[in-house]
Amino acid sequence: MTEDRTEKTTHERWTGQLDAYLDGELDSSQMQELDGHLRECSGCTAEALRRLQWKRAIRSAGQCYVADPAVRERIRKSITPAKAAWWQWRPALAATAALLLVLAGARIIQLETVSPKRQLAQEGWMAGELADLHVATLASANPVDVVSSDRHSVKPWFAGKIPFSFNLPELQGSQFELVGGRVSYLEQSPGAQLLFRVRKHQISVFIFQAKALPLDFASAGEMDARSFHLECWQRDGLQYFAISDAAPEDLRALRDLLGK
Amino acid sequence: MCVLEERSSASSFEQLALPLFGRLYNFAHWLAQNREEAEDLVQETYAKALKGFSSFEPGTNFKAWMFRILRNTFLNSRTGLKAATVPLDLADDDPALPAELETPETILIDRTSEQILQGAIAELPVAYREVLLLCEVEEMSYQEMATALAIPVGTVMSRLSRARRTLREAVRQKVGRSSP
Repeated sequence: MTEDRTEKTTHERWTGQLDAYLDGELDSSQMQELDGHLRECSGCTAEALRRLQWKRAIRSAGQCYVADPAVRERIRKSITPAKAAWWQWRPALAATAALLLVLAGARIIQLETVSPKRQLAQEGWMAGELADLHVATLASANPVDVVSSDRHSVKPWFAGKIPFSFNLPELQGSQFELVGGRVSYLEQSPGAQLLFRVRKHQISVFIFQAKALPLDFASAGEMDARSFHLECWQRDGLQYFAISDAAPEDLRALRDLLGK
Repeated sequence: MCVLEERSSASSFEQLALPLFGRLYNFAHWLAQNREEAEDLVQETYAKALKGFSSFEPGTNFKAWMFRILRNTFLNSRTGLKAATVPLDLADDDPALPAELETPETILIDRTSEQILQGAIAELPVAYREVLLLCEVEEMSYQEMATALAIPVGTVMSRLSRARRTLREAVRQKVGRSSP
């Protein structure tokens, strides 16, 4: 009698936890304990299975109402952030356009009225760039990519490598000797760099499209750049720079030769 | 809040809330027992939720938050006010009823058609119906249900226990009536 009562009490204790067990609400130690009991008690296992079936039946029966797709679409539209119509942005667009116009105007004025001081500074900067290129070339183990004293070899080598062609005169009989050439860049523009020798001096002649450069060096003439002499001139839309430690007269002579 | 922040917030809300539409509608229909009312309930729920989305704390349970808004909206509707006046047999604070060992005769599931079960669920007091559906259909945890229903976890457990018992009894009666 006492044993029956004890057994009933035990079953009540376990079955009282079955719903929480099936709902996944017991902590891990309680789960393990009940798992162990279910392995040994067929009565509680059968009851757990019946309750599980009941849960599944309710779940299936409870999922029975499906909304009209039009309702979903209506709600979706009501909560989707509307793309602003262009006219809603009109004040912002107008303000932006006005600002751009002002900036563009200021830039145009700035470009047209570059101060002499600024011009000189930019010229100095570019002269320094050219001096760097010249020094780098002289310091290189392979100063030129096309090694030839033959202008008929050097000039065609640049075809397809730079966006222009240039005149390379016959140097025979002059004091200058053509060493070779390579492609160079100034202000992100490709150009030709020709290396000449006069006595023991090397002269780099850079040729770029004048329109590709930010400054007009047409009247720059002679300049000094880090102890180098720089001769600038333009011809047929091309900007020439001759830089070397040779005498300015040598540079002028080469200029005259190339400018023929 | 600036326009861009509002749009970003609305966009986040849409991503979180729209996938819940089917579930919310199903629950709304069970509560209201009427298609038009359910549609209105869901529409109103989304409108209220979007409006109050800034008050939603990221990291907390969004689903429970949405169901809570839906349930509050229902309780404030005419049908909801009427349903809330139906008294429950027993106090919520009673501990969960001890489960009975059910005999094979009381196990009706094999003989119960889905229609009978749905009818029995529909006839449950709304306080039992909602907790049962959130647990079995939405598979919410007790804590999530407590959040959605704005009641303590203990009350969730006792209501759920009573809801199950009441449902079993209702199905038994229906099956008994329908048996030849």
